Amino acid sequence: MTADTLRDLADVEAATVEVHDVHKWYGTHRVLDGVDLTVRPGEVTVILGPSGSGKSTLLRVVNHLEKPEIGHVSINGELIGVKRHGERLKELSERAILTQRGRIGFVFQNFNLFPHLTVLDNVAAAPVATGRLGRARAQDLARELLGRVGLADKTGAYPRQLSGGQQQRVAIARALALRPGVILFDEPTSALDPELVGEVLAVIKDLASTGTTLLIVTHEIGFAREIADRVVFIDGGRIVEQGTPAEVLDTPRHERTRDFLSKVL
Amino acid sequence: MSEPSGAAVSLAAVPHADVPSKSLAAQRVLPLRRPGRWIATAVVLVLVAQFVHGLVTNPFYQWDRWGYWFLRPTILDGLLITLQVTAYSAVSGLLGGVLLALARLSRSPVLRAVSWTYVWALRSIPLIVVLIFLYNFSALYKTLSVGIPFGPAFFSFDESKLATDMVVAVVGLSLNEAAYAAEVVRGGILSVDQGQHEAAAALGLPKSYQFRKIVFPQALRSIIPNYVNQLIGLIKGTSLVFYVSLLDLFGSAQTMGSTYPGDIVPLLLVVTVWYLILTSVVSVVQFYVERHYARGATRTLPPTPLQKLRTGLTDLRARIRREATV
Repeated sequence: MTADTLRDLADVEAATVEVHDVHKWYGTHRVLDGVDLTVRPGEVTVILGPSGSGKSTLLRVVNHLEKPEIGHVSINGELIGVKRHGERLKELSERAILTQRGRIGFVFQNFNLFPHLTVLDNVAAAPVATGRLGRARAQDLARELLGRVGLADKTGAYPRQLSGGQQQRVAIARALALRPGVILFDEPTSALDPELVGEVLAVIKDLASTGTTLLIVTHEIGFAREIADRVVFIDGGRIVEQGTPAEVLDTPRHERTRDFLSKVL
Repeated sequence: MSEPSGAAVSLAAVPHADVPSKSLAAQRVLPLRRPGRWIATAVVLVLVAQFVHGLVTNPFYQWDRWGYWFLRPTILDGLLITLQVTAYSAVSGLLGGVLLALARLSRSPVLRAVSWTYVWALRSIPLIVVLIFLYNFSALYKTLSVGIPFGPAFFSFDESKLATDMVVAVVGLSLNEAAYAAEVVRGGILSVDQGQHEAAAALGLPKSYQFRKIVFPQALRSIIPNYVNQLIGLIKGTSLVFYVSLLDLFGSAQTMGSTYPGDIVPLLLVVTVWYLILTSVVSVVQFYVERHYARGATRTLPPTPLQKLRTGLTDLRARIRREATV
């Protein structure tokens, strides 16, 4: 662990995420129907909603894995996936989009680790591939991050040799290696055995306390109550209501929110 | 149903009679006898012995002549040609196949259509037709030029000088090979989980890195067995180059056979044994290459034959010791 790598870890600044009037269709099916959302730097936002409500799609629009038909997303004021062209928005080149994604962490429900690479190489891949760090420095960073998620002894293992909870922690370390200003979590514990959920939530909680901007889609209501600064409830591709956990979870104003909470609590 | 209570009593009584007096826990379970399997094994062994006996003793095979021809320079020259043609065609065929597969998977409808049509045409035309067609190619196109399409040419080649027998053979086999390799590669790429593409994209990995380091190495797991199959077909397919007057292994044997008609059978056996050796070498290489790309896909790597032998011996020794103590 060199002083340089420590500095690499420290100079990450939490990002502001702004979603402006985003609409998204799959064929004739309207998945997102005019979503506006602003996430302040360091804020932990939990997105709740029934399945098919568009919450995962919203998350995937933020890092442009899905293109919105109308509307746009910006991070720290920089448009994602598009650029201004006079009065219109124009799609960015694939290379430019990939560069932008290199600053946005994304954690998948199914981990999606690279099975043919060791845990260390999974985490070091992005900094090396994008030319941001040399191989040795990237591996130092990866070791540091794996230590942070409690897997310092698993660097040489292959993903399939690990439990689900360990794999998801590697995936979080891999996202952290981007030194992202914001990390997006798409149901990070939904594919895990119940007894493994806690270890992943503990890592996310640790991240929340370090002041990174987090946007989390989850079904863990108790966890949302514990760490969220803000809870957003989505249904039918629209934000039904949002507020502090106490406001949304304890005294929901909308019938649909009450109905959803009565089913999951 | 008329005497339910009586039936219950007799059922309860039956297992009682079956329980041996000695404690069952200490007993080894006797394996089931399978006489059918023993009989089938014996029949097959007799047939194999008969076949081997015939192979060795039948004078028709002329094994002494086989020994004479096996390492003759003409045969070895032919073998070298076979190896060269196979190697060049395998490499350029695979490269062509990767390009065709990428074109087929691209978002451009024109590239997709061209790739599809190529594969469709080359898989439909018999290889021998492609080869003979190319052999006569110089009659169709006298010169080949590099230049602006439909415009002036920068370089020109005299076709008859460029197209040696070797070039014709390699080009023909590569064109054919690429069509099949394209499907093998495409299948391999499609077998990689969509989540891998998404994760690579979400990490912002450059497009070429995504393909070279993430998708293709995983695709190789399914590409290798299929491509080796293809490669073995190619090794044997090279025997067709005889018809474009290139003297490969088969061609040399065929030529010698017409000079020494009495030796046709041993010459065919020489060719057979050489092809067996080539295929075996490819299979051994395949095992180790597959094992290399299995890293991470399975929790433990499949054992090498040597490791298998060693554990087999250890198990056998342990079993003998156990039998002795019981």
